[in-house]
Amino acid sequence: MIQTKTRKPLRYLVLILLAVIILGPFLLGFWTSLLPTADIAKGALWSTHISFANYAEAVKQTAILRYLLNSFVISTLTMAAQLLFCSLGAYAFVFLKFKGRDLLFYLILATMMLPFEAEVIPNFATVRKLNLLNNYAVMVIPFLTSAFGIFMLRQAFRQIPPELKEAADVEGLNHWQFYWRVTLPYARISLFTLAAYSFLESWNQYLWPMLTTFSDKFRPVQDGLRQLQSQETFNNWGMIQASAVIVVVPTLIVLFVGQHYFKNGLNEGATK
Amino acid sequence: MQEGITPASKPGLKPKALPQSGAKGFNLHVNDKWYALAFLGPSLLILGVFVFYPMLRTLYLSLFLTDNVGRPTVFIGLQNYVNLLTSSAYQASLQATAVYVIGVVAFTLILGLLLAQMAVRKLAGIQWFRTIFSATMGVSVSVAAIFWLFIFSPSVGLFDQIGNLLHLPLVQWLTTPGPAMIAVIISTVWMNLGFTFLILFGALQMVPQPLYEAAAIEGASPSYQFFHVTIPMISPTLFFTSTVTLIGAFKSFGLIDLMTAGGPNNATNLMVYQVYRDAFLNGNYGLASAESVILAVIIALFTLLQFKFLEKRVTY
Repeated sequence: MIQTKTRKPLRYLVLILLAVIILGPFLLGFWTSLLPTADIAKGALWSTHISFANYAEAVKQTAILRYLLNSFVISTLTMAAQLLFCSLGAYAFVFLKFKGRDLLFYLILATMMLPFEAEVIPNFATVRKLNLLNNYAVMVIPFLTSAFGIFMLRQAFRQIPPELKEAADVEGLNHWQFYWRVTLPYARISLFTLAAYSFLESWNQYLWPMLTTFSDKFRPVQDGLRQLQSQETFNNWGMIQASAVIVVVPTLIVLFVGQHYFKNGLNEGATK
Repeated sequence: MQEGITPASKPGLKPKALPQSGAKGFNLHVNDKWYALAFLGPSLLILGVFVFYPMLRTLYLSLFLTDNVGRPTVFIGLQNYVNLLTSSAYQASLQATAVYVIGVVAFTLILGLLLAQMAVRKLAGIQWFRTIFSATMGVSVSVAAIFWLFIFSPSVGLFDQIGNLLHLPLVQWLTTPGPAMIAVIISTVWMNLGFTFLILFGALQMVPQPLYEAAAIEGASPSYQFFHVTIPMISPTLFFTSTVTLIGAFKSFGLIDLMTAGGPNNATNLMVYQVYRDAFLNGNYGLASAESVILAVIIALFTLLQFKFLEKRVTY
């Protein structure tokens, strides 16, 4: 990694080229969201008729804000539930002694190999039988817990020094108290990671909500965009791009704010 | 790494604990049966109903003919599997999936590595590039599909406009089989790059600097250093990234649904899309179950491979 001064401009050139490739689709999407659809249809991408009219139209004519709200509700509920149930489950595998514990753990580990996509047929029948179709519940209940979350938190809980547990036993703390007062605070970074992971995972769901929701009232944003793109608005490129930008901007902001913490986490890991 | 956002945390999981469960070192009470039920009950219930049961049920359904709401009617043994594996349409779907998966994994890794390698060197303003390179992590599947649909769209799209300027023949990107496959691969790779970049960048940062200094003193060229220091040092992360990308590619659905709907002429009819079609459009649940089982087996094999590898890594 020895830097030679003559190669610096070349390095910047490559970096800029790569940045343009990565940013290109964003920039083009944003740019066309500012143009009248008539200009886009003519291929006049260098039009100067710039306005936010497409955004106003998208908000007024489509349910895009409702889709965002739906996704936010669904993802937040899923995240909260996974934090609770995965941490409780992980606690049982680390701090509780009961018959068949190892067998159960291996079973849960095994489910990490099974793609949800291969199980939609019986799951669809199940939620139909439970009368959950077209509701927030149908997008939250199957994901209240996750094998990956239990596994990940179990690894984190195992790092808790045994002396802490011994001290808690001497103090007379029961399992609920130890779980709440010691285990959760100790593993907060892993909990934060699981929170981000489960939220994004839920936010990006596509196939399941497409099968189980039929109205704008409950439709999350991924399938909402599908709806816009396939319906009468098709070819109204300006408005579709504006909707896509409305959807992507919040996640980009979260990502860039979150990255600060992510980077700190990385550095911590590196200097340990 | 352990503290990462989203799946970034996966490689950082301390795999040392993977093979054994249990909690040696902790002084446990003798009987925690009721606590166990309270702590683990909810998770077991959910996993039982939505993961274990559907797995067995899918396996069961795959041995039957079904009615139009998915109830088994006639037991036919392995006939669904035989029909599938001898059907040229299903073979074409498997083949399309293989092309897609290989293309996505190869280009995601190569470009991700290029981005990471460029971003790891210290230069003024490098922080900006690092942020930009990770940006597609914030892009969900339908946003990516819409951005790229426009780029590939006939006549108004960017590629056709550029082609037009250069007087190249027009390519109907999404309505010609070969180009459609290329289009969905490009879109998927772009969407994957943010995550892949962050993981590989993290790994590159952890390669000890003295290794490079020693290699430079010995007169090793940058490319020699790359292939004989960098690649071996980050190979566990490379392996992890490739299996995660590969499994993700096998499960692709949203981008396909939005961009090509499996077309043109079934050229991008990937495995999950085929399951969706047979079950929910054609009402052929038995056949779709058999397709699901084949998909699950493939993904389970690659996941096992990944577990095995993480396990082995621990031993030295």
